[in-house]
Amino acid sequence: APCDPAAELAEVRERLRSVKHTVLVLSGKGGVGKSTFSALLAHGLAADEAKQVALLDIDICGPSIPKMMGLEGEQVHQSGSGWSPVYVEENLGVMSVGFLLSSPDDAVIWRGPKKNGLIKQFLRDVDWGEIDYLIVDTPPGTSDEHLSIVQYLSATHIDGAVIITTPQEVSLQDVRKEINFCHKVKLPIIGVVENMSGFICPKCKNESQIFPPTTGGAEKMCQNLNVSLLGKVPLDPQIGKSCDKGQSFLSEAPESPATLSYRNIIQRIQEYCDQHHFQEEKII
Amino acid sequence: ERSNLAGVRHILLVLSGKGGVGKSTISTELALSLRHAGKKVGILDVDLCGPTIPCMFRVQNNDVHQCDSGWVPVFVDQDRSISLMSIGFLLEKPDDAVVWRGPKKNALIKQFVADVAWGDLDFLIVDTPPGTSDEHISTVEALRPYKPLGAILVTTPQAVSVGDVRRELTFCKKTGLRVLGIVENMSGFVCPHCSECTNIFSKGGGEELAKHAGVPFLGCVPLDPQLSQSLEEGRDFIQEFPKSSAFPALAHIAQQILDGTSQQSS
Repeated sequence: APCDPAAELAEVRERLRSVKHTVLVLSGKGGVGKSTFSALLAHGLAADEAKQVALLDIDICGPSIPKMMGLEGEQVHQSGSGWSPVYVEENLGVMSVGFLLSSPDDAVIWRGPKKNGLIKQFLRDVDWGEIDYLIVDTPPGTSDEHLSIVQYLSATHIDGAVIITTPQEVSLQDVRKEINFCHKVKLPIIGVVENMSGFICPKCKNESQIFPPTTGGAEKMCQNLNVSLLGKVPLDPQIGKSCDKGQSFLSEAPESPATLSYRNIIQRIQEYCDQHHFQEEKII
Repeated sequence: ERSNLAGVRHILLVLSGKGGVGKSTISTELALSLRHAGKKVGILDVDLCGPTIPCMFRVQNNDVHQCDSGWVPVFVDQDRSISLMSIGFLLEKPDDAVVWRGPKKNALIKQFVADVAWGDLDFLIVDTPPGTSDEHISTVEALRPYKPLGAILVTTPQAVSVGDVRRELTFCKKTGLRVLGIVENMSGFVCPHCSECTNIFSKGGGEELAKHAGVPFLGCVPLDPQLSQSLEEGRDFIQEFPKSSAFPALAHIAQQILDGTSQQSS
């Protein structure tokens, strides 16, 4: 079928009409904890059973979300109304290319256009139903997936992006580019999260900066670029373990300083979205 | 006309399905180790969105010049024993985002492979972004006529990383790229205050994957704040921190690569 961008956008708009808030989780840099954060944000928001939460994983080459949500091996089902998301809880549904692969060794070796096609399908064909929060987990970089998601979601409304970094300059370098990308495509930035921010030795309780903030960390960068620092999350070996087991770290380690940080950050994101909604309603 | 890669003895790629596991770190430390073994090394950085290699050698402000045979790589010091090429050198401002779709990325990668006047090198290390997409397909295709030695795959120990690296192994199989081995990076952290070792990102996943996939296991590299610091400051970790916890592992990886190539020639 010939490509009709306007029609495609209209289809996406129609499908996502019932989504109240959309949050993109971005980072220029790989391995800083986007998927970890996306998963925990989803769990955190879904703790309120009255809220309907959707987690969309558009990392086509490295889909980590199924594993982190304990949904490895699940498959996607089709119905008359489209693709059914895979549900972790009644009010938390997930979609990822991971569910379309039959083996953990299957590699998705696709060039840009094919990846874009799948992202479009994810937005157009997944029957999310009525959702309060759509969280979109992205791969690292500023390329096809990022351009496509922003383009397709322009049909609806994005509350903003949460940008994840770690403290060291090597990460911040890439994150500054991501912030630039957001400005270029007029994507509002909810704020930055500094992950892996210090490690407290379980034995002697001394703190080590494993990823040293040689240029002032996220704090300095946020000051310089006038974006919000949503919070800092320390390293905790339980985080990786929970992710590997597909369990929510927030439930498994409720007393951890990292859990406290995550919860504070999630609350700030909720407040931002609520304010937004209120402002939009005022305009109408 | 002599190709720009004609003087390069061995080409090896550093891959991972997963981001942030230390590909650029391993590429950098491998280059430094090989230099200390008397080799001439080039690093081609095909991560177009997040080019970190120039900073790791503190040459991010350098410009790239042209010569008759193409682009002159950036030398990191007077010795000219390590040379680099990266999109990082072509950006007007370091914070400029390269927001390109696949086809434009592919075009630049083809140029990077064909048009950099490396001269004579013992090793060309190709540092890649995470994934199995445009950059990887284009790089492998462009390098195929030059018969690369193979690929080093980097992972961190936990299952979430190993899961992506399994896919990268499939990529190597499908594209006919030999796997030289797997490195398990960020494998344990020894507290500098009390020497207690904590497996922050779990342990053993890389080794297990190597066994499961029937490829060599090149070793575990622990988390080392001195290594992170060196990379931040563009210092020569191999020269300055031989007593650090990551040094033996990194030196061992380089030795295995060298042994592999000397076996090849004999």
